[in-house]
Amino acid sequence: MSRPFAVLLPFRPGDGLAGIAGHRADRRAAAGLALAAGLILVHAAAHAATAGAKPAVLETLWRWTPFLLGGFVWNIVISALAMAVGTALGFLLGIAQISQVRAVRAPSWFATQLLRNAPWLVLLFYCMYLLPFQLHVFGTRIGIPDWLKAAFGFALPVMAYVSEIVRGAIRSIPAGQWESAEALSFTRSQTIWMIVIPQCLKRMLPAWMNLYAIVTMASVLANVVGVSEGLTAAREMLAAEQRVELLLPVYAYVLLWFFAYCYPIARATVFLERRWAVAH
Amino acid sequence: MVAEWFRQLKESANVNLTIFYDRFDGLTYLNGLATTVKLSAACLALSVVFGIGGAWLQRSGWAPLRWLVNGYVAFFRNTPPLAQLYFFYFGVGSIMPLIPDGAGGTHRLFDNFQWAVISMSLFAGAFNVEIFRAGIEAVPKATTDAAEALGYSRFGAYIHIVLPLAFRISLPALNNNLVTMVKGTTIAYAIGVPELLTASATIWNASTNIPEMMNVLMITFLALVGILVVAMHRIERALHIPGYNR
Repeated sequence: MSRPFAVLLPFRPGDGLAGIAGHRADRRAAAGLALAAGLILVHAAAHAATAGAKPAVLETLWRWTPFLLGGFVWNIVISALAMAVGTALGFLLGIAQISQVRAVRAPSWFATQLLRNAPWLVLLFYCMYLLPFQLHVFGTRIGIPDWLKAAFGFALPVMAYVSEIVRGAIRSIPAGQWESAEALSFTRSQTIWMIVIPQCLKRMLPAWMNLYAIVTMASVLANVVGVSEGLTAAREMLAAEQRVELLLPVYAYVLLWFFAYCYPIARATVFLERRWAVAH
Repeated sequence: MVAEWFRQLKESANVNLTIFYDRFDGLTYLNGLATTVKLSAACLALSVVFGIGGAWLQRSGWAPLRWLVNGYVAFFRNTPPLAQLYFFYFGVGSIMPLIPDGAGGTHRLFDNFQWAVISMSLFAGAFNVEIFRAGIEAVPKATTDAAEALGYSRFGAYIHIVLPLAFRISLPALNNNLVTMVKGTTIAYAIGVPELLTASATIWNASTNIPEMMNVLMITFLALVGILVVAMHRIERALHIPGYNR
């Protein structure tokens, strides 16, 4: 097992969303899943006994599973795109936040705070209503699909959170690193890109993974502004089936899918945080 | 006077802020603001109760109880709050008993506002359990030993010694979580709770002033979050124990 550099102090996910990352409790991995699955099974079994002519709840869920998964794929597409765009822009914003030029530092700080403290749903509404639905490029019209606008809507808060993660990670690098780089006559940008950022990447990864899980969970908000995704699929299925007893199991089933996707990420985040933390 | 000025602003600059001169739109927005504040306050209180209760149960000697709390925390932290809201409002709501409303009709046990409070408190509460657990763990063992030596029961020591200290240690993390929660109250729009976003949508649909209302909405939320942050900082400072954990 490779030991991290002795100069690396453990990165504490400090302010903002990143603070939520630090759960180090000994999770019973199966407990939550088993509990929820048990609830559905009990409920489904109870209804299977009384359903009579109608197909049993479990059977119906199984039949609709490919359809629901088809919707769930959109959650992954939207969140992955939002993460890619948000990370790229947020990285630059984060570095701009530690600029020595006040005219760069102040606006990027302001933009970060603005996007970080606004509700996700409001930012999403902004993008859905105020972005054009098509672009004119060299005389040809390029339509912008809804899901792309939604992805951009999620990229805005992601940008702000990544910006804060980057700023926090850079600040956590001991001053000695900056001073030795200066002594070796590195320029400031060389120091940032060749000395500081490479050390930051490892510290940022757990917080970034946590953010990815949060964005995946937030991507269902797209349903509210009329973009099709997993929760929309569930609602379409319910509308098609028209059975009240399906309401509870279907929503529980959707929750289970998200849990199955996000929980391993949360576990991996905790694992990496522990593994890369340097013992005091 | 103010109304006149905003009416002129519409004429001269084409900035149509109906909430300042149209009585109906103004009242809709104020009602939305009041609902958001009520929703936030209710969730804030309930989620802290869930957090403290969960953290207490997590230390219980009975293992299944600990698993239950751990399962609750893991499940609610790793599923989308909007899907949880739908699960509670449409799913659990569909099997709630019907109650006569006294006018011949019936309604379900909880209405959309109450489900929003329950659902969002459970979500924020799951994070609060972890936050308080970390705070409780940070209280030195010697302190609880001293409480025991003074004849405190386990519960007494928890209420009078551990919790007050743990609460102070947890405050910064709690602060962050509560800000996230206040921002999250907008999802109640999805089940038709007349909070700020719903009120704004009503206004911009009727008055077709989407950009103006969105900016108003954004500024209102930034102000609400700002007030909460300032208030929590005040509480943090007021509760700070000199020389402890600094």
